[in-house]
Amino acid sequence: MPVLVYTENAEGKFKKSTFEVVSYARAIADQSNTTLTAISIGNVSKDDLNSLGKYGANKVLNVSNDQLKDFVNQAYASVIADAAKKEGANIVVLSNSFSGRGLAPRIGVKLEAGVADGAVSLPEQSGGKFIVKKTAFSGKAFARVELTSPNKVISVVPNSYKVVETTGTATLEDFNADVKQSDLTSVIKEIVRSTDKVSLPDADIVVSGGRGLKGPENWRMVEELADLLGAALACSKPVSDAGWRPHSEHVGQTGIAVSPNLYIAIGISGAIQHLAGVSSSKVIVVINKDAEAPFFKVADYGIVGDAFDVVPKLIAAIKEYKASA
Amino acid sequence: MKILVCISNVPDTTTKITFTDNNTQFNTAGVQFILNPYDEIALARAIELTDGGNGSVTVINVGEVSTEPTIRKALAIGATDAVRVNAKPHDAWFVAYQIAQYVKANPFDLILTGRESIDYNGSKVAAMLGELLDIPSVSIIKKLDVNGGKVTIEREIEGGKEVLEIPLPVASGCAEGVAEPKIPNMRGIMSARTKPLTVIEPTEVKTFSEVLSYETPAPRGQVKLVPADDAAKLVTLLHEEARVI
Repeated sequence: MPVLVYTENAEGKFKKSTFEVVSYARAIADQSNTTLTAISIGNVSKDDLNSLGKYGANKVLNVSNDQLKDFVNQAYASVIADAAKKEGANIVVLSNSFSGRGLAPRIGVKLEAGVADGAVSLPEQSGGKFIVKKTAFSGKAFARVELTSPNKVISVVPNSYKVVETTGTATLEDFNADVKQSDLTSVIKEIVRSTDKVSLPDADIVVSGGRGLKGPENWRMVEELADLLGAALACSKPVSDAGWRPHSEHVGQTGIAVSPNLYIAIGISGAIQHLAGVSSSKVIVVINKDAEAPFFKVADYGIVGDAFDVVPKLIAAIKEYKASA
Repeated sequence: MKILVCISNVPDTTTKITFTDNNTQFNTAGVQFILNPYDEIALARAIELTDGGNGSVTVINVGEVSTEPTIRKALAIGATDAVRVNAKPHDAWFVAYQIAQYVKANPFDLILTGRESIDYNGSKVAAMLGELLDIPSVSIIKKLDVNGGKVTIEREIEGGKEVLEIPLPVASGCAEGVAEPKIPNMRGIMSARTKPLTVIEPTEVKTFSEVLSYETPAPRGQVKLVPADDAAKLVTLLHEEARVI
């Protein structure tokens, strides 16, 4: 039975998190000694579809129905579940992205499958058990969840599995999706996407500001640092609550959980709720004038100093490093 | 308009998470349980939408009797009535299944949940309800307005937002931005005691997942401090030692 992976695109382009889930699904297919089928829905070029072979897909199903050009949760879930049935796939893998989180539960219900949301590593398959490690308690812990049903749906946290390139190639097939009108009642009125900014959940580097920055007018230097590093911007809860920054940048237990390679926290003390959202970051740098700030206890690198003094110096140092690199 | 808000009873956000029985059970000793913060947002929006006698807000919880203080809190905030399905919430599928059974017998125009519960973070119940009831679902929403028989919903996407118009009924998971949580006033607290809280027994259903054990994140080593006037050293460490830039 092959593994099926849903390869999400944004405006016709695959993202890094898509290649991550294909690599992840490839590894599961290898565990089970089977093949990997990818399904893409929307307007993706042939070259891009073929490129999925490089990450381990043996076959790519392309759904290009006009009605499915834009993401409609209900219809996409139907098409993916339908493809799983036709391919005889018992494991469906997708990204734990905003759209993926809407799809996985619906696909799970359709396939009578156990759903592991927010997987952070490959499943353990031993003694007939299939166990997935997932985030729990908003980043404060992990749970090892056994999926006990024959069918399984797994959504993978962005940045938690490395993209692996192979020498493989994929065959391309058109998949004729039979779309029910009742699955298409949602109408998309508007999509706003700032393409020049790095999206927070996918970002490799995140630069985050807290109350220590004293006001929204002081975010210029944070933005400059983020731009230099190709980083996404984030903030603590008090900052978004005060309206200094939008809620979409709030990282923490009741905001977004991130798992970048590098998280730079500026003027954030490190309340337990904030730490929950960043605990999966690979490297944490803390800049805070209070040496007793709890954030230093979970940081890899720290600078005790005033953000208004340290950040400009850091910007200058990075410019110098970039000029010499 | 009839609105159903699905609520969870979760550990307070300040809880230090520990486990017992060889890391197989969440240690509830000394833990304060609260109404899931995202569910508070969903509840607040439901109350706004039915303001001025324009409908009713029912809250439903799948939980044992210990969750009743949280249900009463929701009633104090302003829900009209409450239902508790008397069962341990085994997993999202079990919870969604129980709620779907209730909704099939008692239809609603709009079903709201929080975007996720802060304990298991599944973001699953709203979409599973959508599937079980064969209605549209939107999982992580930032704005919700009702105009006639339709909702206009703004949902978050990576690096942006999407605006959708969907005919009712709809199931949706509310995130920050949908509404400001409401604090119960004295009248609300007094009336919560006498508002109807119906307890119903669960429907038997097969489940597909079991939590076997828990882990806490690996502790990080001692922080390496860099002098405030030597930002260049930090850049060198991030490049050469951590290899992240």
